Amino acid sequence: MNLSFWLNGVYRHEEVEPDTMLLDFLREKGCYSVKCGCETSNCGLCTVLMDGKPVLSCSMLALRAEGKKIVTMEGMQKEAEEFGAFLADEGAEQCGFCNPGFIMNIFAMENELEDPTEEEIKEYLAGNLCRCSGFVGQTRSILKYLEYKKTKKREEAEE
Amino acid sequence: MLKIKSYVKVNSIAEAYELNQKKSACVLGGMIWLKMGNRNVSTAIDLSGLGLDTVQELEDEYVIGCMTTLHDLEINKSLDAFTQGALRESLRHIVGVQFRNCATVGGSIFGRYGFSDVLTLFLAMDTWVDLYQAGRVPLAEFVKMKKDRDILQAVIVKKTPLKTIYLSQRNTETDFPVLTCAVSLIGEQPRTVIGARPGCAMVVEDKEDFLYGFTEMSKKEKTEAARRFSEYAAENVPVGSNMRGSGEYRRLLTEVLTRRAWETLGGIEK
Repeated sequence: MNLSFWLNGVYRHEEVEPDTMLLDFLREKGCYSVKCGCETSNCGLCTVLMDGKPVLSCSMLALRAEGKKIVTMEGMQKEAEEFGAFLADEGAEQCGFCNPGFIMNIFAMENELEDPTEEEIKEYLAGNLCRCSGFVGQTRSILKYLEYKKTKKREEAEE
Repeated sequence: MLKIKSYVKVNSIAEAYELNQKKSACVLGGMIWLKMGNRNVSTAIDLSGLGLDTVQELEDEYVIGCMTTLHDLEINKSLDAFTQGALRESLRHIVGVQFRNCATVGGSIFGRYGFSDVLTLFLAMDTWVDLYQAGRVPLAEFVKMKKDRDILQAVIVKKTPLKTIYLSQRNTETDFPVLTCAVSLIGEQPRTVIGARPGCAMVVEDKEDFLYGFTEMSKKEKTEAARRFSEYAAENVPVGSNMRGSGEYRRLLTEVLTRRAWETLGGIEK
């Protein structure tokens, strides 16, 4: 079947089988940041943005992307590197397998929540599981990253 | 594994209904549960092009389109205020935001899943379902109906004055609940719903009128009514065992959550 959609800002026309999941389809198209973790809709590794909202690509038919804007970490390299530095500084990264889904959900959170508290951050990211850590380093890195972004925004506004 | 032979994004509910009369056809909701099973689907029917993904607030009711996602419900300020936060409380523990951006209210209600937090809370309100063929049916009746090939178009919540509390017990955050409990006063009418028994959520009938006149009771009377009704609920709600908890644990939880919920609704602080 035909599928027309935006992938990381590029409009594409593709052929896809009716039962192909978005996760498999995106990986076929070279988006290897999108990982398959649990396949039971629980771990959040396969998180991508669909029209700006985080969704589980393992649980969605590729055909449901028709006319939508899909963004994977390949489309947010610069932003991911910026946040990745905070993760590294806080020693939050261990195996790193959960990072792409985790980072995509942080970008979604940034869009949805204004100045979130630590409690709100933890609630928003509850669907991203990390089996290496206890989320302490990640939480520290998010708080520092959000503070950095806030300061940067304020400085830009003052200029 | 889920196998789909053909996929149709329908242009009308009538088209969806016609396609759905074939037993091997299937209407797609959020697909979260559907994709977990082994199933061969001849025609996957997608309603996502019909604009049924919004919450409409009318003068006397909310009309929630079947394709509205759980996260859209969760962040709906009007529904949050109407349910005094109970709707958000029933949704926020369901896995993660990404999951709730996929799962739909239609899928959750039509599936009548035993584990459903959503069904438990909606049963505690003056809720109706709008079915394409059968028309509007009270949700409490719908949960008892045999599953058929009709199509749920919308969930309707009447704006009958409501006070409600939602509680659930989970072994771990984001897991399925071991037990869910919603209590409400719809107008002056008390209602208690227990779900994840692990069977489908059910309304607990107050046959002995323990809660009759609850709003008029003194704090002491409310405490006593909550205690007596929770014991009654624990004795009368059928519960069973599964990998998340034994029937005996669920019986104890039924009593505790019911009592806590009624005490909280009655404004009794411990």
